[in-house]
Amino acid sequence: MIYLDANATEPLRPEAREAVVAALDLVGNPSSVHAAGRAARRVLEDSREAVARRFGAAPADLVFTGGGTEANALAIHALGRGRRVLVGATEHDAVLRADPAAAVVPVDGDGLLALDTLAAMLADGPPALVCVMAANNETGAIQPLPAIAELCRRYGALLHVDAVQAAGRIALDAGVLGADTLALSSHKLGGPKGAGALLLRPGLHLSPLIAGGGQERGRRGGTEPLPAIAGFAAAARAAGEATHLASLRDAAERAAVAAGAVVIGAGAPRLPQTTCLALPGVRADTQVIALDLAGIAVSAGAACSSGKVARSRVIEAMGLGDLAGCAIRVSLPWSVTGADIAAFADAYAAMAARLLRRAA
Amino acid sequence: MLTMPPRPNRPVYLDNQATTPLDPRVWQAMVPFFTEHFGNPHSAEHAMGRFAEDAVEQARAHVAALIGAEAREIVLTSGATEANNLAIKGAARFAAAQGSPRRRIVTVATEHKCVLEAVADLAAEGFEPVVLPVGPDGLLDPAVLEQALETPTLLVSVMAVNNEIGVIHDLAAIGRLTRAHGALFHCDAAQGVGKISLNMSELQIDLMSISGHKLYGPKGVGALYVRRRPRARIAPLFSGGGQERGLRSGTLAPPLVVGLGEACRIAAAEMALDAGRIAGQRDRFLDALNRDVPGIVVNADRVRRIPGNLNITFPAASAAALMAELPELCVSTGSACSSAEVEPSYVLRAIGLSDSAAARTLRVGLGRFTSPADVDYAATALAAAHAVVAARA
Repeated sequence: MIYLDANATEPLRPEAREAVVAALDLVGNPSSVHAAGRAARRVLEDSREAVARRFGAAPADLVFTGGGTEANALAIHALGRGRRVLVGATEHDAVLRADPAAAVVPVDGDGLLALDTLAAMLADGPPALVCVMAANNETGAIQPLPAIAELCRRYGALLHVDAVQAAGRIALDAGVLGADTLALSSHKLGGPKGAGALLLRPGLHLSPLIAGGGQERGRRGGTEPLPAIAGFAAAARAAGEATHLASLRDAAERAAVAAGAVVIGAGAPRLPQTTCLALPGVRADTQVIALDLAGIAVSAGAACSSGKVARSRVIEAMGLGDLAGCAIRVSLPWSVTGADIAAFADAYAAMAARLLRRAA
Repeated sequence: MLTMPPRPNRPVYLDNQATTPLDPRVWQAMVPFFTEHFGNPHSAEHAMGRFAEDAVEQARAHVAALIGAEAREIVLTSGATEANNLAIKGAARFAAAQGSPRRRIVTVATEHKCVLEAVADLAAEGFEPVVLPVGPDGLLDPAVLEQALETPTLLVSVMAVNNEIGVIHDLAAIGRLTRAHGALFHCDAAQGVGKISLNMSELQIDLMSISGHKLYGPKGVGALYVRRRPRARIAPLFSGGGQERGLRSGTLAPPLVVGLGEACRIAAAEMALDAGRIAGQRDRFLDALNRDVPGIVVNADRVRRIPGNLNITFPAASAAALMAELPELCVSTGSACSSAEVEPSYVLRAIGLSDSAAARTLRVGLGRFTSPADVDYAATALAAAHAVVAARA
């Protein structure tokens, strides 16, 4: 099986595996005061330091959560209280559905936030919370965060950044960005599933979404998932940026385009390891199944409550409605090889030739 | 003369209510899902995703089987704290959104902090928290509950097993009363699942929280049982990708879920054996301690309790001083969450201990991996430390 679905989940990095194994041998609860508890607490705080520093925050300003969805929900529930919530049209469901009353900010044909519209929305009404992703999970489009942050400052809005897909793939520094909160997920950067984090602007206080126990300075109750957190930290240390994967991604893209594909969002700056390929007239689920049978794992969009292979909401929001049902996402994991991409290119060409003939 | 035993070559762990060691068999089951089977279980479109999904569903079935439930009644969460919040806030918010006039939420003074805080949080949303007392035995008197239920009640939340004093509440009676009064019954069973028999086809429990790391599984995973017949309805705490039937969004962690499932499978097979062995170790420990430290008191009910917990008040030494003398012995003064606090335990206050007695009280938690040598060391070391501290005073 050739795995090209990294945006659903990255394979575990060996460094993370080692850290998980070591942490599983620690018996203690990090809140216990005895020797076993203190040993667990040390690993927890070392991990907090590593993840916070890696992404430009102080350890005291990091809240560990059960994952990226919870980190997003925590930020939006806490900061959105008493504010208008504005979300980008191509946000992940974790953000889009966090506040049912949220207003949607449109995107352009490459999936980038319409800054003029955002400015108009911010100017017209009470203080807002703006929620925007650093990079899109389906197309890889990287939002112009410095410009968005500047608009938020100008209009007194708070800014929450969903950096789940960007972390470990492009340069990311919460301090430099000037976001109020920034959500991270362990398993999207090669750590284990079951841990995430929310980085906070220095000194920002948050009311908890999950109450009780007083862990995480009262900002998130529950015994911390130590092995997952230790693995998260090791992955954060190990994940540089994915720049070196751009040439492999480009090779895959060239092969697909030669076989008839259209690249979605090609005009935007994108994650170096993501491409979204539409084959006009061929249903996405048919493509995914054909590639699955050829031993290649890709997806037709977000992995969430999958099973339902629906039309891509992201591509529809970009105004490319006719392509929304026929695009697949190819996302390269940190472990990808040139041979994987060569095999993908062959399989894609064979699939496209067969299915386009049938569609014609 | 009591002398300090030789230091063990590793800490002796008697704090199994704070967290349990991972069972090596659970670890074996988890490993492949960290490495070769790393797929996202929600990526149903490709083989790697489906493999992870199948493993998650197998684990869900093990969890359900342990408590006599159906797999589709199990909602996987990040742990029992999240499950408790989901059950309590979710049930209250769902009922209110449906126009239910009931506002009363009944719980008990000795519940885990996360239950008390979740219930208290609901006051700000217009609900009426009612916190019932327990007797000196640590148990809720069903007659006290019945009186509280005279006001139409939305939800009753009572734990299965107390985390500090180990007592087992009368869940059958509480369930009957609660159902008869038209309220939902939530049970925080973090300390009970895998330790005592909890069968959903016999007990009238509507919602029940489960923790992975309290039954020799991993930290970072838990579950909420949500009854289907009659149906218990709850609103999610947060939304997103719509996983877990929309009740708990977020990517599931297959290694952790598989670990929870394996821990439940083992518990179903070995729970009774564990209980017998642990009770034997407990008696051995208590006999030795009673002999060497006359005047110790074991708190709360002596019969309706799990074998793995002892809550002991010492006659002449503070718990903090004993622990300082015994760096190689891992015991605690109370719940791990608040064990860094100096305040006396609210659970011990609720069963009528004075602050002075509470300060002389230790929680000793035995588990599946506690050996006779462990309890022998603990009893001898505690007795010697007690003599040292008492002589100093």
